[in-house]
Amino acid sequence: MPPNLTAEPVIAARALSKHYGEFAAVDGISFEVPAGEAFGLLGPNGAGKSTTMKMIGGVSQRTSGELSIMGLDPERHGPEVRAHLGVVPQQDNLDEELRVRDNLLVYGRYFGLPMSYLKPKADELLEFAQLTEKAGAKVDSLSGGMKRRLTIARSLINEPKILLLDEPTTGLDPQARHILWDRLFRLKESGVTLILTTHYMDEAEQLCDRLVVVDKGRIMAEGSPATLIREHSTREVLELRFGSERNTTVAADLEGIGERLETLPDRVLIYASDGEAALEQVTARGLHPITSLVRRSSLEDVFLRLTGRSLVD
Amino acid sequence: MTNPLSVEDYRLTGRTRTLGALYSRNARAVIARGLRATKSSNWMVMVSGFFEPVLYLLSMGVGLGALVGTVTGPGGSEISYAAYIAPALLAVSAMNGAVYDSTWNVFFKMNFAKLYQGMLSTSLGPLDVAIGEIFLALLRGALYATGFTAVMGVMGLITTPWALLMIPASVLIAFGFAAFGMAITSFMKTFQQMEWVNFVMLPMFLFSATFYPLSVYPQPIQVFIQALPLWHGVELLRQISAGVFTAATGVHVLYYAAMIAIGVVLTTGRLRALFLK
Repeated sequence: MPPNLTAEPVIAARALSKHYGEFAAVDGISFEVPAGEAFGLLGPNGAGKSTTMKMIGGVSQRTSGELSIMGLDPERHGPEVRAHLGVVPQQDNLDEELRVRDNLLVYGRYFGLPMSYLKPKADELLEFAQLTEKAGAKVDSLSGGMKRRLTIARSLINEPKILLLDEPTTGLDPQARHILWDRLFRLKESGVTLILTTHYMDEAEQLCDRLVVVDKGRIMAEGSPATLIREHSTREVLELRFGSERNTTVAADLEGIGERLETLPDRVLIYASDGEAALEQVTARGLHPITSLVRRSSLEDVFLRLTGRSLVD
Repeated sequence: MTNPLSVEDYRLTGRTRTLGALYSRNARAVIARGLRATKSSNWMVMVSGFFEPVLYLLSMGVGLGALVGTVTGPGGSEISYAAYIAPALLAVSAMNGAVYDSTWNVFFKMNFAKLYQGMLSTSLGPLDVAIGEIFLALLRGALYATGFTAVMGVMGLITTPWALLMIPASVLIAFGFAAFGMAITSFMKTFQQMEWVNFVMLPMFLFSATFYPLSVYPQPIQVFIQALPLWHGVELLRQISAGVFTAATGVHVLYYAAMIAIGVVLTTGRLRALFLK
């Protein structure tokens, strides 16, 4: 794919809103995504991520605001916009009545692509998804990770300029996730714009150049993972567990250590530039946690800071 | 990995007509998908659908027909009981095939297989999907009708070349039921609601002047039966099978034309509401 040299964003949303009756699923969000970027929507379940994805794909109509995909309004030019999109839905919707390779061929026909193009392309994508041996298999005989990879391969049949991934690795085991991340990274290298939603901060950190933190249909913060962590959290975090009974009572005794304190039901978090030094201060006050852990700040901490809640519920 | 053909050579572009958001002129891809799926999985269902009316014709037409003898057909001539009910059974078979395809099949694909969600994330619009699915139902109806007409020929129940027109007329009947059936299905949420379809179909099959003339009913009931779609199908095919054409023939055809128009408009609107909300 030739590099896109135009500065025009491939996706531009301005004050985008989606209401279901009184409820605002998406509440006036604005963002732009330049070509070739991996852009993430990070937030808990129900934050409005999937609704935003559906509006980008032209399968959900916005209540107000503006949205342009490659210069077109997806509501009025649905088929045309989707010709340039690859969609990986939250739940696999492979065609169970067709075999693995036929899933790719038939899906390609939905885009009006001819068999002379689709046949070599399907084989190439099976190779890419590491499913060449399964080409003639029935879909329901595949494992969860394989189905996910087939769904991604299917979404690439029309060589999309933009790939929409809704929770791409939810429900997969760690090994299957890493294979998938590797494939997505390769796509990004080849110039495909990736839009992904996730509630896993490690996934967002691995894949996204830039992301927005979404909560209750609103954008809370925007930036690269490193910038967000720098701006909204300290360098290190000290995690202490005193047992679920004592976490809250002990928190008062920890006042003053580090820059900030966060008390969760199962642990206490102390935000500090030097976690080890903070731990020394804790023990110096005669407090002895059952376990202690010093780690670097993550997007999870950013989210906690911005919303007062944790990401995975 | 090198591919001499680029997707840019083929990408469908420039579809910015009035139906731009609903239709991409690619219903044939939906049809091709249906044929491929039939080949690999559900051809047994198709075969059983063909035999059902044939079995009815044998038991009722031949068996019961031996007791009944001849009856007065369209145009006043005396015909065998089998020749009297055969076109009616053909209409019922067109209805059943179309309704099965457009209700249970569509219901499953819509709510469980999530097939349409997948289709609508591509260049396809809801109208492509509706046209494709209805065409598949019609193709099946046409196959059944051809087979059944052949059986009638073998049994010596065809007396005029006009009878061959029963095949396209069956497709018309199937079209009406398929378009309407799909529209109704789009409102259904549960299996229990789907059972209502059967609850309507069975009495319609038994009482739409299928096995005896309409004149056995008192006047108010006659009017009610005449308002139902199957009665028009039964009468249309019965007239064609005897080569008797009257003003009523036109009314029957118009009835189905209206049913098709309403069904297609309703289905497309519903698919839009369901998938492009």
